[in-house]
Amino acid sequence: MSTVVLLLFTGVGLGAIYFLVASGLSLIYGLMHVLNFAHGVFLSLGAFLGFEVASRLGATTWTGFAASLLVGALAGALFAALTERLLVQRLYERHIEQVLVTVGLGLAAVALFDGIWGTDPRFISGPAWMGRTTSVLGANVPNDRFVAILVAGLVLLGMVLFLRRTRYGMIIRAGVENRAMVTALGIDVRTAFTLVFTIGGIAAGLGGVLASHYFGYVSPLLGQTLLIFAFIVTVIGGLGSLTGAAIASVVVALLQQFANYYLWGTGDLAVVVLLAVVLLTRPSGLMGRRA
Amino acid sequence: MSTSTPASATAYRGGARAWVGRLAPPALVLLLACLPLLDLRLPGVLPGPTYTPGTLHLLALAMVMAALALSYHLLLGVAGLLSFGHALYFGLGAYLLGIVMSELELGLVPSVLVVLVAGVVISLLLGAVSLRVTGIPFAMVTLAFAQAGSVLVRRDPGRVTGGEEGLRLPTEQVPDALVGVADTRNLYWLALAALVLAFLLVSWVQGSRAGHVAAAVRENELRVRVLGMRPFLVKLAIFVAASVIAVGMGMVHLLLNSGAVPHIVSAELTISLLLMVVIGGVGSRWGAVAGAVLYVLLNQRLTVLAQATWVHDLPAPLRIPLSEPMFVLGTLFVLVVLFLPGGLAGTVARVRRWRGTAGPGGSTEGADRLEDVDDEQQVATAGGARR
Repeated sequence: MSTVVLLLFTGVGLGAIYFLVASGLSLIYGLMHVLNFAHGVFLSLGAFLGFEVASRLGATTWTGFAASLLVGALAGALFAALTERLLVQRLYERHIEQVLVTVGLGLAAVALFDGIWGTDPRFISGPAWMGRTTSVLGANVPNDRFVAILVAGLVLLGMVLFLRRTRYGMIIRAGVENRAMVTALGIDVRTAFTLVFTIGGIAAGLGGVLASHYFGYVSPLLGQTLLIFAFIVTVIGGLGSLTGAAIASVVVALLQQFANYYLWGTGDLAVVVLLAVVLLTRPSGLMGRRA
Repeated sequence: MSTSTPASATAYRGGARAWVGRLAPPALVLLLACLPLLDLRLPGVLPGPTYTPGTLHLLALAMVMAALALSYHLLLGVAGLLSFGHALYFGLGAYLLGIVMSELELGLVPSVLVVLVAGVVISLLLGAVSLRVTGIPFAMVTLAFAQAGSVLVRRDPGRVTGGEEGLRLPTEQVPDALVGVADTRNLYWLALAALVLAFLLVSWVQGSRAGHVAAAVRENELRVRVLGMRPFLVKLAIFVAASVIAVGMGMVHLLLNSGAVPHIVSAELTISLLLMVVIGGVGSRWGAVAGAVLYVLLNQRLTVLAQATWVHDLPAPLRIPLSEPMFVLGTLFVLVVLFLPGGLAGTVARVRRWRGTAGPGGSTEGADRLEDVDDEQQVATAGGARR
């Protein structure tokens, strides 16, 4: 029983990190039809800068942790906004070339991080409480899982409120539904493009800091590794659907954890099998629109 | 090239150009075949004289990658399929050949046949699943399959793949002429033959009925359907052809490098193929070859540059980017996508047109074709938006 509870919390915690990456990917794809291969490096940059700030302010203090989250989010947002403005927007409406540009940026940025921070993982430490465990129904759950779940929950809430209650949120939702109509009404969707990239960058940056605590290290390839699972999550959840991304992140992460424990470490393969099954039965994903 | 040239002279010159165009490829192959016997030096491009094993190995690697890029061209340039999992088949060829030779203790030739059959079966299965979706979802699904393969190779089930360490070529099953540094020239000739074979195969597939239908599907899938043809089967045929060529090149790569490492199954390898094809010019066979050769040589030169002493003495903001080959290549790729649509092949064609002598088949097809890759997906999303 305690194992199941532990796996549940670990899985949902991992799902929270997947969601932070996948939500941005899904929003960007939904509005712009761009598969953002640079999303992983937004995450890595957030993780590295968060690590730098935390180690300067004291890695084991709560101020250090809060500052690392803030800096991670800002770094992700800035990097994402610049990417959109300087690279993606120049190739307006040329989706495949937009994908290629993000692929190139991803390669170049990973190499640059290699050069700055080295290829070896940097092991990190957080506030003492995060390293300890809390007993839930007999299972000793590491506390960083709760922080990841809390932050991802807040991000989901924030995104939903933003999309439902604000003017720009409505433009983005309308753009996902029918971009041609939004443009025809005289609204400049390009601001919305920069905005979804920035929001995706914030979530990815936060995800980077949390992922580095979850895995206990930060390395230049951290983002790209998570990115592949985030791609799978967005396809399973349905491209462009925020709810789909949230559900699929948790499903994928739980499946991965349970298969790793009970099926001899086959978690990654189980996820790919799930992807194949979903594509065979519902090619547009769980919450995707029927094509 | 003056504008007052009489029309007949231009026509004559065009005819001569066509002859040169027809004779140039065999002449080039002949020259390449003679390289191991010559003492040519290209300082700055090649690490040493052309008869040395190091240089021959680098050139052979460039040719294997060029053949692999050609198979990727079949997917992206002909059928308009953006795959992120092509490395899976390359790795499959290399690893499976090694495993069949060491575990089943078969000789080289029977093993090659076994691996080719396995390649056809696996690519048929995975292709049939992946091709249920098109456009970007297709890219993601192929990526996921390749990732599963990569995980499998790194996990080392049954201790057959060697995990992170990689697989060593079981030399006892391989003819002596293909083993050892002294025999690099034989491997070089093997790689050259593989490249020529791949080029002929790709040309044949592209010129076949299936190739034409695949190109038509890339342009407008709906119209092909209306004409009563089955786009799925055609795309699957192209997918299998490209995958089997990649399996073959994986086998050559295993022999060339006397082993296989997990990197050759990774998504990074597929992305470098994408880089080669896009830098060379999407839709052009020569572009794919040129892009691959440029990529391999540049990668090697940049790695040497990264270890140069003068780079180490530079201040950090200059030293770090210069000592990371992938940073330079990634940046180059972004610049090509932004400013040179059509890549090398497209640029050559454009320069020719400026000079008023558009050669046979010279056009900026690459740039237009990238748009076409996307149109298919546009149709799909437009259909979806209506619900």
